[in-house]
Amino acid sequence: MAAPRIAIVGGGLAGLMAAIKVAEAGVAVDLFSIVPVKRSHSVCAQGGINGAVNVKGENDSPEIHFYDTCRGGDFLANQPPAKGMCYAAPGIIYLFDRMGVTFNRTAEGLLDFRRFGGTLHHRTAFAGATTGQQLLYALDEQVRRHEAAGLVTKYEGWEFVGVVKDDAGRCVGLTALDLRTMKAKAFKADAVMLATGGPGLLFGQSTNSLINSGSAAAAAYMDGAHYGNGEFIQIHPTAIPGADKLRLMSESARGEGGRVWVPRRQGDNRPPRQIPEAERFYFLEEKYPKYRNLVPRDVASREIHNVCVNLGLGVDGKMCVYLDLTHIPRATLKKKLEGILEIYEKFTGDDPCDEPMKIFPAVHYSMGGLWVDYERTADGFVDLGSPKNHMSNIPGLYAIGEAEYQYHGANRLGANSLLSCVYAGQIGGPAAVLYAQNQAKAGTETPSSVYDAAEAKWTARFAELARRDGPENPYKIHEELGRTMLENVTIVRENKKLEQTNAKIQELTERWKKASVLDNGQWANAPLSFLNQLENMLHLSRVVTLGALARDESRGAHYKPDFPDRDDEKWLKTTVAEFAPEGPKFRYDPVDVSLCKPVARKYD
Amino acid sequence: MPRQNIELRIRRQDSPTGPSRWEEFVLPWQPSMNVISCLMEIRKNPVTKQGQKTTPVHWESSCLEEVCGACTMLVNGKPRQSCTALVDNMPDGPITLEPLTKFPVVRDLQVDRKPMFEALKIVKAWVPIDGTYDLGPGPKLSQSEQETSYAFSRCMTCGCCMEVCPQYNTRSDFIGPAPLGQVRLFNAHPTGRMNAHERLDAIMGRGGIVDCGNAQNCVEACPKEIPLTEALGELGKQTTVYWLKNLLNK
Repeated sequence: MAAPRIAIVGGGLAGLMAAIKVAEAGVAVDLFSIVPVKRSHSVCAQGGINGAVNVKGENDSPEIHFYDTCRGGDFLANQPPAKGMCYAAPGIIYLFDRMGVTFNRTAEGLLDFRRFGGTLHHRTAFAGATTGQQLLYALDEQVRRHEAAGLVTKYEGWEFVGVVKDDAGRCVGLTALDLRTMKAKAFKADAVMLATGGPGLLFGQSTNSLINSGSAAAAAYMDGAHYGNGEFIQIHPTAIPGADKLRLMSESARGEGGRVWVPRRQGDNRPPRQIPEAERFYFLEEKYPKYRNLVPRDVASREIHNVCVNLGLGVDGKMCVYLDLTHIPRATLKKKLEGILEIYEKFTGDDPCDEPMKIFPAVHYSMGGLWVDYERTADGFVDLGSPKNHMSNIPGLYAIGEAEYQYHGANRLGANSLLSCVYAGQIGGPAAVLYAQNQAKAGTETPSSVYDAAEAKWTARFAELARRDGPENPYKIHEELGRTMLENVTIVRENKKLEQTNAKIQELTERWKKASVLDNGQWANAPLSFLNQLENMLHLSRVVTLGALARDESRGAHYKPDFPDRDDEKWLKTTVAEFAPEGPKFRYDPVDVSLCKPVARKYD
Repeated sequence: MPRQNIELRIRRQDSPTGPSRWEEFVLPWQPSMNVISCLMEIRKNPVTKQGQKTTPVHWESSCLEEVCGACTMLVNGKPRQSCTALVDNMPDGPITLEPLTKFPVVRDLQVDRKPMFEALKIVKAWVPIDGTYDLGPGPKLSQSEQETSYAFSRCMTCGCCMEVCPQYNTRSDFIGPAPLGQVRLFNAHPTGRMNAHERLDAIMGRGGIVDCGNAQNCVEACPKEIPLTEALGELGKQTTVYWLKNLLNK
């Protein structure tokens, strides 16, 4: 049998961690990414990574971290994977420490930890306010080491477009588009791991990078992979607006003592520093005296919506509140939050050490993603000896990172995303290796006719798209999609509007058929790739919208004023969407809540 | 007062070997515009100022908040990330966009910065850990060591320093300031230091540290204010000491 090969698509934290694990097992990796991996979206994560290292004498433990994670996610996550992740977290932070990540330090030289949302413990390790960038660089460096040693081959500037399956329905490779020559090529692999990130672009503008279209996950879904909990989209309470994207202002600003407020009096347009303390409404602190400004993100975003829309107290009459750091010494801010202060100042011209920041909620993260499996041990952990971990319903196809649905339930806690990406890579990589080694017939021994057919199919598809010259502009269609998703499928969801959104997406899909490719060139033709992505995005938008429409309850980030309560009897279920050309088909799976009993979720 | 219209002059090139040309565009002003949002507007209606239909401008970008380094280009002649190039902060007159000149053009404003990533391999820019198994915490670091290293670890391989370096060009082998900053970073790490000599070996030959002409443009151009000239000074010392040691041991 030939030596196995694993293909990993995506070079963010999850993909790179998986690549290192596979290479450490001595197995060759083909690493595909649309950008040089060092420019992946993980760089945007700011605040930190959670792990109950307990350096502050607070009796923190992985078990409390696990409890906070389940409760933060409104009990929708299967608990064994979440438990495995939380118990692995301290070791993961130490691993990055050994790789040389420049984490902030205590006076003694130990790793420092700060507060984050949804917990009362100092559990978040951080490197200034660019933690994601620092972690990604550490993995990028280690992967480069394996690349130099010949175990990892990078395909940067290649876009995954589809799964290649053999007659038995196993995933035995992938088809990718070379973004320079615009040629599609099929690649053999014994297992394929998708680490392609979230779908922020479905909402037009979000805190996500421009590469986060969700198109790769959607393509896998259209190839038969199931999609879990798609309707759960996190809205981050604190971002700043821009004409091109919304920029995140990390939760760590509140972790370091930042306070959220609006003027008590409607229409009070005095400059914020002239508004006396007594005339400021610290709405999170008043309503949630225990967690104060560090309630989970879904709660904070709903409160901002309430204060701005229902009470009409938004700054300048908009969906906008102050995030105030001005009471914290400048030197402290510089040490712990420099990266975000810099971004705020560069984009608004104001220095947040002197002026309260004006911030807005923004689409940030998808809890949902490709459905993946896991093997449970008797004591409730993940069985690390199983090839099932992180495998989709298609044998040999894996998903890790934000592209999968597994760890965060109905709402993700801040600083748990870096952790879930790394953990998924750590356990998913070895699972794929096990799978590859245990196949009676290697995936890569599939007849070449299978790959030729895949290549021919995609070559024909792109040739057809390249001839499109209809009246519609694909970027305008995308803009409309974003606008309707943003308006109707974010903080507050109403069934009537969700139905309208579904109809609108179908209208846009019809118009997509009449869209022009804009560029007939055969070299580095971005609109051609986008035209293909856009169709995938339209399909995925329906998964999100129709999943939300069906779920008549409120849980975590999914809130319906007409169904304001959580309904465990009916809806303590994983939403699983299966592709059909006319629209997604849904099934609902039970959730393993055997380790941490669902209770009412209160933060006051 | 904000301007009513934004004018852009963009240097376009269809392929790596093709000729380049200028195209001009006019867009209505909108609040919070940056160079990226201008390019996004153009692709929604790819028509030049002269009313000529054209193709959307090709560029590279990802994070749009100056942490990924992708969208680096020449904006009004200066290398910088175009995401933080806010239209309202620009002088009156057309905004000029060109690709970086020290790297081969892929198309329009996108260049191929592969040589920078290759250089990171040459200088072994990593901490050679034993493996990713659970081996407990790393070495302790003082707060001041952390702060010094953090400055270097923010390098996003954007290429601004390479663009302005007079020694970094097709006629010279000089590896450039960015990878040298990474040598400084890893040679300071308690574990990385164990292999400091390997990195010094890599930068002592042709194209290494001695090729730095001390123009000090790099430190001026770095968007993250990485103290590159301090790194070059420090590496000068390290290589001299290492060279002397080698000499005495012969």
